[in-house]
Amino acid sequence: MSDVKTETPTSSSRIGDSAPRPDGIPKVKGTFAFSSDLWHEKMLWGGTLRSPYPAARINKLDITEALLIDGVHTVLTHEDVPGEAVYGLEHADQPVMAAEVVRYEGEPVAIVAADHPEIVRRALAAIKVEYEEMVPLTDPETAESVGHIHPDGNVFRKINLRHGDQEIQGDVQVEGVYEVGMQDQAFLGPESGLAVPGEDGGVDLYVSTQWLHADRRQVASCLGMREEDVRITLAGVGGAFGAREDLSLHVHLCMLAMRTNRPVKMVYSREESFHGHVHRHPAKMWYRHHADREGNLVRVEARVLLDGGAYASSSGAVIANAACFAAGPYRIPNANIEGIVVRTNNPPCGAMRGFGAVQTCMGHEAQMDKLATALNIDPVEIRLKNALKTGDQLLTGQTITGTAPVAEVIRTCAEHVPSYQESSDLMSLPGGAGRTADPEHISRGEAIAVGFKNLMFSEGFDDFSSAVCHLENGVATITCACAEVGQGFVTLAQQITREILGVEEVVLAPAATETVGSAGSTSASRQTWMSGGAVQKACEEVRLQLLQRLAEEHKVSVDDLVLVEGQALSLNGDFSINIDEASENPLEARVEYRHAPTFPLDEDGQGDAHVSFAFAAHRAVVDVDPELGLVKVVELVTSQDVGRLLNPLQAIGQLEGGAAQGVGLAVMEEVLVTDGNIRNASFTDYLIPTALDMPPVEIAAIIEQPEPGAPFGAKGIGEPPSISSTAAVVAAIREATNLELPRVPVRLTDIVSVEELS
Amino acid sequence: MSNDFYTLNVNGEDHQVADSWAGESLLWVLRERLGFPGAKNACEEGECGSCSVRIGEEVVCSCLVLAGSAVEQEITTIEGLSAEGELGDVQQAFIDAGAVQCGFCTPGLLVTIDHLLEKNENPDDLTVREAISGNLCRCTGYGRILEAVQMAAASRRGENHE
Amino acid sequence: MPVTVARSLDHALAALEECPEALILAGGTDVMVQVNKGSLSVDQVVAIGRVPELQGWSREGDWLHLGAGVTYSEMMGKEISSMVPALAQASRTVGSPQIRNAGTIGGNLGTSSPAGDTLPTLFALEAVLTIRSSAGIRKLPINQFVVGVKQNALQPGELIEKISVPVLEGPQEFCKIGPRNAMVISVASFTLLSDVKENQVRSCLGTVGPVPIRPTEAENLLSNGVNWEKNEVSSEVLEAFASLCADAAQPIDDHRGSAAYRRHAIKILSRRAACRIFSEDHS
Repeated sequence: MSDVKTETPTSSSRIGDSAPRPDGIPKVKGTFAFSSDLWHEKMLWGGTLRSPYPAARINKLDITEALLIDGVHTVLTHEDVPGEAVYGLEHADQPVMAAEVVRYEGEPVAIVAADHPEIVRRALAAIKVEYEEMVPLTDPETAESVGHIHPDGNVFRKINLRHGDQEIQGDVQVEGVYEVGMQDQAFLGPESGLAVPGEDGGVDLYVSTQWLHADRRQVASCLGMREEDVRITLAGVGGAFGAREDLSLHVHLCMLAMRTNRPVKMVYSREESFHGHVHRHPAKMWYRHHADREGNLVRVEARVLLDGGAYASSSGAVIANAACFAAGPYRIPNANIEGIVVRTNNPPCGAMRGFGAVQTCMGHEAQMDKLATALNIDPVEIRLKNALKTGDQLLTGQTITGTAPVAEVIRTCAEHVPSYQESSDLMSLPGGAGRTADPEHISRGEAIAVGFKNLMFSEGFDDFSSAVCHLENGVATITCACAEVGQGFVTLAQQITREILGVEEVVLAPAATETVGSAGSTSASRQTWMSGGAVQKACEEVRLQLLQRLAEEHKVSVDDLVLVEGQALSLNGDFSINIDEASENPLEARVEYRHAPTFPLDEDGQGDAHVSFAFAAHRAVVDVDPELGLVKVVELVTSQDVGRLLNPLQAIGQLEGGAAQGVGLAVMEEVLVTDGNIRNASFTDYLIPTALDMPPVEIAAIIEQPEPGAPFGAKGIGEPPSISSTAAVVAAIREATNLELPRVPVRLTDIVSVEELS
Repeated sequence: MSNDFYTLNVNGEDHQVADSWAGESLLWVLRERLGFPGAKNACEEGECGSCSVRIGEEVVCSCLVLAGSAVEQEITTIEGLSAEGELGDVQQAFIDAGAVQCGFCTPGLLVTIDHLLEKNENPDDLTVREAISGNLCRCTGYGRILEAVQMAAASRRGENHE
Repeated sequence: MPVTVARSLDHALAALEECPEALILAGGTDVMVQVNKGSLSVDQVVAIGRVPELQGWSREGDWLHLGAGVTYSEMMGKEISSMVPALAQASRTVGSPQIRNAGTIGGNLGTSSPAGDTLPTLFALEAVLTIRSSAGIRKLPINQFVVGVKQNALQPGELIEKISVPVLEGPQEFCKIGPRNAMVISVASFTLLSDVKENQVRSCLGTVGPVPIRPTEAENLLSNGVNWEKNEVSSEVLEAFASLCADAAQPIDDHRGSAAYRRHAIKILSRRAACRIFSEDHS
């Protein structure tokens, strides 16, 4: 590689600049320590024995042979769990290791620590388990009526939204049943970590996660230890997208380390990873939309059924989201929405980027297109006509008090003229190098879709983040437990600090439970607002402390002082001092930041349950080979409402990356589950878009209308790109083929007609 | 376990590998025995490219190379792509273009792209996409990555990239 | 030493004689997946990736001899792609650039997967394999080599030395269906080769049977139905050709595709491939 620059940091950058990531250099050099890169001299390797059956009784579990293998240090089962036997994000219903029954394929049954992964493999193979297979509950539609597969029952949550007139009919009605398959987050960095037993009887856990403190709470509970004795430090995270919100190997690793009194490392294989984390809830949704002849929405009826799989995870929150945003970013004067998420013996489901709104967006946008067709109104026109704006009421009865530039999002997206040059190379056709088609075989379609969801947590949850700002000798050190999973919070933390304190050097201390309070989860598009808010608050307090100190020492008014470019200056020019010098005596602030309170939903699903909302639109152009069912997404255009752009380059990264996940769900991604068994637990057959599948994403508009109450007026931007992108792509395929296509991902056999196949 | 040892040449230096299991992949040996954790283990079945290294003149998946068979070959990992303390042009372009998010795919991509630009100093969009089609990225959607490639290519040609 | 890195063909054969059950390792793109999963344990390995006699190719009159160690990337090169375009086209659909740099034609044959991407073209060409052991040498036509799902005629102690194919004169087409534009296992594939010297076509269906299938009835129909002087063929013949190709398929249902879809896909691909090679006479 030809060498260009030496390793010097680029110029300082503040709010609004495309500041470079502070971890960029180690990441491009390959020296950044991901959780699977951790290493300790005396470390052992851990592994997990998992159930091959989705539902079975465990009649016998014999570990004696495994223990005899040379190099095996310990084999542990549910009997060895020191504290609580179960854990969970919302409800503690998930066993650390299965005791009498297993409820999903891949459920952990035993764990091993040994000298080498090969010995671990042999030990796992030597553990004898006598399973008595049971008939798994795999149809979510029957879950409510059949016998309970768990003492807590088969329904995680049922929610009803009754808004306005429950009986009113529209002159025009369109109905549909839609399905969304099970998507996987498919982050690249496997579940992994290192647990080191402490000399004090505690344990140090280095792990990839989205929420250190929630992990600590559950791990401590299962280990029967005090929270402060479980010290979790964030190790480098190779993507998350919701899959690391729940525990995976955390308790197992700590148990192995404490039993052997050795550091233990564990890394999941890709196949194991598919079994080891929650997936996006598959959905079945029935809708009926009522409108008047002009296209104004009158009422929306919907029933949304989500399959939560074997354990609760965050299913309760997901169905609430799905229900609240079921009808889309439109004015809906009347609605009845029924949402239910059930337990089955299918793989457990939980958080994935978009969190329920992805599924319902696919449904409500298909419905809006059906209405447009029934009324002979342009699809963009009907959306503009009904678009929400500030002051409108949502299905929950909550009035939008923040910004809601929905019409602008739609219009800019619809009107954008792309600059991208299409290639005439046959490789760009559906089928690519497979050379399956010529241009005359291709049909093109174009469509638009709009979506939205809430930012931050809801329904009265005590949502907060914590941060510490320490200023000494001109260097600001920020401690925040916000999990950096790739989204670039670390960059923002530096930008915010530089902006407020006027210093160049900002050090980010490791994210750890020992040194700072909870930052909440890196999810719900919340961290810019929450942890950005906490960092802002902590820096503001340090700034005030510094100004007060200077004001006293130099007999000036605090209001006359500013911090800029490494100096504290009085506005009248009388004096200046280097911040280095001024902060020789360190200053520190430790804060918690909360957003405005939210409130629970009542029995009609009404209440001010959310803080803020973000909106996005996508326009997709697809080429389809109708005879073979192959699809190529040619182009994607997007507009998004961001409040305020804090880092343009990182924002583009979120818009492009989220859209890629939406494309994947539209045309290729599905965890295939048959009778409770995953058939494609590998990247060979769980397909995510490659560079040859992903079109360029053109940004029509990034709309900045500062959000009141948000730090810097900035809204979170992570999720909206993944919400309307799927809906836009499938709508474009409908345009190209004239097929209803009520299901995503769209498969080859969905496009090739039944008659043609017989 | 084998009591024999074998020697691998990595980034210009010989390294002895002792006390190993016969089935260890080159990826595993690089990461867990030789202290080169740059190549990554996202799938270990040749489907993601995160383990890409250069062996001789070619870029291959190191997870699919049996470590013991890679003797007497010039193996170059991400750690060997640029001199100590310096950033190569593609590495710098990745930072400047915003092509790094979580970073897990980054080492594999850099090895692949470095090789591409050696062979082709002005690759068009489709050529780049095909060249990196074996490197999965879940975070970026590839947009900033493609931008980084064009920036680096322009820089190598001596132009200023717009 | 569990891993023998063979430096010559004789060295490899001697190692295989000593340990006939040893794992033969070339590019590793199939074998190592299983090793990493733990479903294939490694005791003795004979690594043949650097055996010079297995590298490279040679042209002898109308025959092309490919060393078993020739990689997919090499088969995409100018010379081979001009001699056997369908093989180059097939190679481009395999895996990723990284896989194509390491995977070999010998490995594709050794794995003998129904979805093997070089196999349909090799079957259509009636490729001949040269198989070596310390005991000697034998030649085997490919349809006697690949005999079932991941089953071939290689005996313990043997390895494939080279694959010989005729160099035909005339356009060639290889098409493969996968649900993504890169790194896909074939759902169905089809190869069509025209031989203008003999006024014949040869074709083969891939991934729609336990082994690649020569649709001989379809081939005869098309060979006889083409107006070779004008390079034209009627719509009726094209339709009939496509139907016969589809009829010859023996596809299964699996998580990558249904039998009905696969059969349908063969019908479409065969017609399209023929239309690329010949002009359609609509009269």
